Amino acid sequence: MGRYVIRRLGQMVVVLFGATVILFCCLFVLPGDPVGSLGGDKARDPAVVEQLRERYGLNDPLPVQYGNFVKNLAQGDLGEDYTQRRPVTEVLGPKLVNTAQLALAAIVLDIAIGLLAGLIAALFRYSFWDVLITLLTTMAVGFPSFVIGMVLQKVFVIQLEWVPLISDGTMKSLILPAFTLAILDAALVARLMRGTMLEVLRADYVKTAVAKGLPRRTVLLKHVMRNSIIPVVTYLGISFGSLLGGALITEAIFNWDGIGLALVQAVQQQNNPIIIGVVSFGVGVFVLLNLIVDLLYAVLDPRIRLA
Amino acid sequence: MTELTKSTSVAGDATAPAKGANAEAEPAIARVTQWGEIRHRFLANKLAVVGLGLVLLLFLTALFAPLLAPHDPYAQDLTNTLQDPGSGHLLGTDALGRDQLSRIIYGTRIAVVIGLASIFLACLIGIVIGALAGYFGRATDSVLMRIADVFFAFPLLIGAIVIIIVMGRGIMPVIISLAIFSWPTVSRLLRSSILSVREADYVLAARALGADTRRIIVRHIIPNSIAAVMAYAAFSVGGAIVAEASLSFLGVGVSPEVPEWGNMLAAAKDFMGVKDFLWTYPSIAIVLTVLGFVFVGDGLRDALDPKLR
Repeated sequence: MGRYVIRRLGQMVVVLFGATVILFCCLFVLPGDPVGSLGGDKARDPAVVEQLRERYGLNDPLPVQYGNFVKNLAQGDLGEDYTQRRPVTEVLGPKLVNTAQLALAAIVLDIAIGLLAGLIAALFRYSFWDVLITLLTTMAVGFPSFVIGMVLQKVFVIQLEWVPLISDGTMKSLILPAFTLAILDAALVARLMRGTMLEVLRADYVKTAVAKGLPRRTVLLKHVMRNSIIPVVTYLGISFGSLLGGALITEAIFNWDGIGLALVQAVQQQNNPIIIGVVSFGVGVFVLLNLIVDLLYAVLDPRIRLA
Repeated sequence: MTELTKSTSVAGDATAPAKGANAEAEPAIARVTQWGEIRHRFLANKLAVVGLGLVLLLFLTALFAPLLAPHDPYAQDLTNTLQDPGSGHLLGTDALGRDQLSRIIYGTRIAVVIGLASIFLACLIGIVIGALAGYFGRATDSVLMRIADVFFAFPLLIGAIVIIIVMGRGIMPVIISLAIFSWPTVSRLLRSSILSVREADYVLAARALGADTRRIIVRHIIPNSIAAVMAYAAFSVGGAIVAEASLSFLGVGVSPEVPEWGNMLAAAKDFMGVKDFLWTYPSIAIVLTVLGFVFVGDGLRDALDPKLR
């Protein structure tokens, strides 16, 4: 186990290194000049431009810039953003809280809807409810988040006027974006849950449990549920990782002031420090959660030996 | 991720030889091939056939777009902006007076081209790298799989945006950016199915019969591993079309004047609640398209491994 963790941490470092190199190369062969767009439409004084390039270290050779970038990243210092000239961490901090709120709400909905639907479908296989759930979960995969978001917005904001159009940061305005994010994952969780439960229900240890006369409730809770939940935990962990990296579409539709929206705006403004901040955060969280999920897997299922 | 695990398990089982051919059957009777069985099971699945119908409809619309579209999708008519659906313009006109129906019809072309090309490219890269990793193993495997990990660690849209920052907006950049961050799944799939197929009894049998390595790979390992990749590919074309429309929706996909569904939705967002027909019809087009590919992908997966149902 200890050696496995060390090896996985090593792999994680390699992945993060590769990702930051890709990111760095992409953003610094960028055709546009970040400093050029700083002054707005006003004619730029070459001396000022030069001063700004010096200030942001844009005149150093690329390996030096990359070295500085990684050094600062390791210290949690992402530099200063180009438009507001505030530290990136300061700009992104509150947005990250918003994104985390949204991601957490979506995961809670995923668990509630997905587990319940999967459970019902598996326990009452081939019943009306199973067919309905299977059909709905298949359909849900075909609905892109922008379509779901716009339909929800039309129905609940414009027709029913239950929620304000512009999110005001309250719980009420969290509901629609959380649902938009959750529907696809909830459908996938339900399908996953149904599939694994059907497999577990056929397992020998479940037959044994039933045969030795355990109450149905005990068999379901202690034998079936515990074993069916493992793949779901894996899936949700990884999904949470990508949600934390910013739900671009959902945040754009609902004007949710998170890091996804910040990324889209930063791309339009060629605001490299923000882009680097959001993307490396997204990649880092994704990789870290993958590791945690793999370790959790071994804890939940002692049959799995990590080596 | 689910697709990955599901489809890898497909590969392990798809290797089972067709059970139809049993010893008592007379030699004269047409042989039941594995692919014949798969086709039969696929066509028996109603949802899969519906999906196939939707995909065919999409392809035909894309092919005959100039014949089907009543107007030029680019032609602006500033005296006829935001017309409600009705005579003259069946699905109304947008803020620049362009015919909605024609733009939706031409939108199928972008969807088909980007969806197919990006997944084709992803499969090409993924199959080569996955086959090399799975076949050579050891150091080659570790290095190639770490590279795959790096690209896999980028969420698709975020990674695609980074590439588009460099390449600029357009059809080609979108295709390339989607392929760059989609191939790791293909290579992981192919690699793991090669690993499981490599130890299969029939490979051992072929080796015992004296087949050389090249023949084993080309005739036995690849055909039996590729099934999982095919099911994944059919499914992912739908995903690529969603991703492509998402990029346009965010203003970083194909250029805004191009008739493309994500562009149409992005423009329609401002008229939410006022001119809802602007976003409902392109949405329907996207949903039907994606469902088509999802149904075909699901049908293929089930046909390849009937045990999974």
